[in-house]
Amino acid sequence: MAGELALIAVSAIFVNNFVLARFLGICPFLGVSRKIESAIGMTMAVLFVMTVASVVTWLLERLILVPFDLQYLRTITYILVIASLVQLVEMVVQKTSPVLYQALGIFLPLITTNCAILGVAILVRQKSYGFLETLTFSLAAGVGFGLALVLLAGLRESLALARIPRAFQGNAIVLVSAGILSLAFMGFSGLVRG
Amino acid sequence: MDEPIETPPTATPPQGEAKPPPKKPTKKPPKSDPAPAPDYVLSSSPHIRKAISIRRIMGEVLLALLPATAFGLYLFGPHALWVLSLCVAGSVATEVVCQRWAGTRVTISDGSAALTGLLLGMTLPPQAPWWICLIGAVVAIGLGKHVFGGLGYNPYNPALLGRVVLLISFPAQMTAYYSPGWWGVDAVTSATPLGLLQEARIRSMGLGEATQLSMSDAFFGFMPGSIGETSTLALLAGGLFLLWRRHITWDIPVAMLGTVAAGSALFWWIDPSRYMPPQFHLMTGGLMLAAFFMATDMVTSPLTTRGKLIFGFGCGLLTVIIRLWGGYAEAVSFAILLMNSAVPIIDKYTPPRLYGTGKPPAQGPKS
Repeated sequence: MAGELALIAVSAIFVNNFVLARFLGICPFLGVSRKIESAIGMTMAVLFVMTVASVVTWLLERLILVPFDLQYLRTITYILVIASLVQLVEMVVQKTSPVLYQALGIFLPLITTNCAILGVAILVRQKSYGFLETLTFSLAAGVGFGLALVLLAGLRESLALARIPRAFQGNAIVLVSAGILSLAFMGFSGLVRG
Repeated sequence: MDEPIETPPTATPPQGEAKPPPKKPTKKPPKSDPAPAPDYVLSSSPHIRKAISIRRIMGEVLLALLPATAFGLYLFGPHALWVLSLCVAGSVATEVVCQRWAGTRVTISDGSAALTGLLLGMTLPPQAPWWICLIGAVVAIGLGKHVFGGLGYNPYNPALLGRVVLLISFPAQMTAYYSPGWWGVDAVTSATPLGLLQEARIRSMGLGEATQLSMSDAFFGFMPGSIGETSTLALLAGGLFLLWRRHITWDIPVAMLGTVAAGSALFWWIDPSRYMPPQFHLMTGGLMLAAFFMATDMVTSPLTTRGKLIFGFGCGLLTVIIRLWGGYAEAVSFAILLMNSAVPIIDKYTPPRLYGTGKPPAQGPKS
């Protein structure tokens, strides 16, 4: 069991990294990667929302949607859960760390529409994971998202000092860096089968 | 050995053409007083300078690569020469085009583009088709270097980026290897030792034919492989030359090779029927070339000794993990690219200690 969980974690962090291999959650990846500090703050917020959301949706799926034959309400239920969690995080961040709140800006409420979070909740259902597997998978997915975000933030901090040609300044060079990061992560492919 | 040349203490530091464009912010020279020359002059660091230029460094690195290149040509013959020439010419041409395009000074004479081209060529199979060489060169110099602003700003090692793009895009051509013969005569298709090992692992056949490789052949380089990667001896000689000339420091190669040796030894000790011994992993694939010539690239590696040790350890660890269980037979390029992307973070969290205090400097104001 522990071995399986470890495989799930390695797969979600490295091999099928949500940002760099599945290309989910690109907008916060590009939007909040300007500074390492705000990238770490974003990671914490996403980690929390992702984990709690997939556990709650897992419970809802088992206890309400399936017994009452309401699967057609799945997407809207999931989004409702995610949106209320994001609201919670937003209130906590605003009260505890106004600086981080400023730094995250619009991207904090936009976690609601972060496709990585909905993606995790839906993948958990598709793979019919149990409770522990769900917990591991969503935590690892969040860690993988954070890893990609922090790596890109580091690159962007050093690129801020570079003499980038005009045609590539701004989002262009960020996308190029993100693409190369994704190429490097392809080295992990095949590490975990399935 | 370069004699450190002390410049006369003047208020304005001379414009040395040393070092690639600065990673660290340079301080402005203090304003000089119009008053008559005082008895002693205060000036900002650096105080000790070396008569060294980018061209000189690149030239000596090229010289260090000479034994491995010559041995590769001896093994694989005229086609290998063709591959190397195409890569070098392609890289230099791309550099000219990019710099003309950007309207900056054309700096092909510093030899950095030629070096990138040679390194790229050395990691290619000896029978690589011409378009592979050209695509690799354009990607390495264009995407790896000039998009980021040229030499000194590139976060990734250009030659390795070129190789990884080729490896992902053209896996068939990039893994078609030939067994060596004198001057390329009697070339027979055959897989590299690491390729054999991986095939055996995927088919769950234990170690397969990889065990038949004799360690002395691997050390001298008589085995199928990329043009410049086969001979451990020639690459070691080049690497030691660079160490002696102080163009590289010991920390990254030692940490990287040590981690690969320790990691592979651990699994070999656990189950020798499934894992190869450490000397096999040290002498096959691109490890030696990468550890001495690519991971140590001064632009894309960390600044401090602690940072370099962490970097080398990470390169070695990722190499072992991908080699033992990954989908690609050769892991070194991916490992170094991955660690290249972590370099800004390593640099940020391993600042040099303040002289005499043993403490890291206080973090500057957050901008």
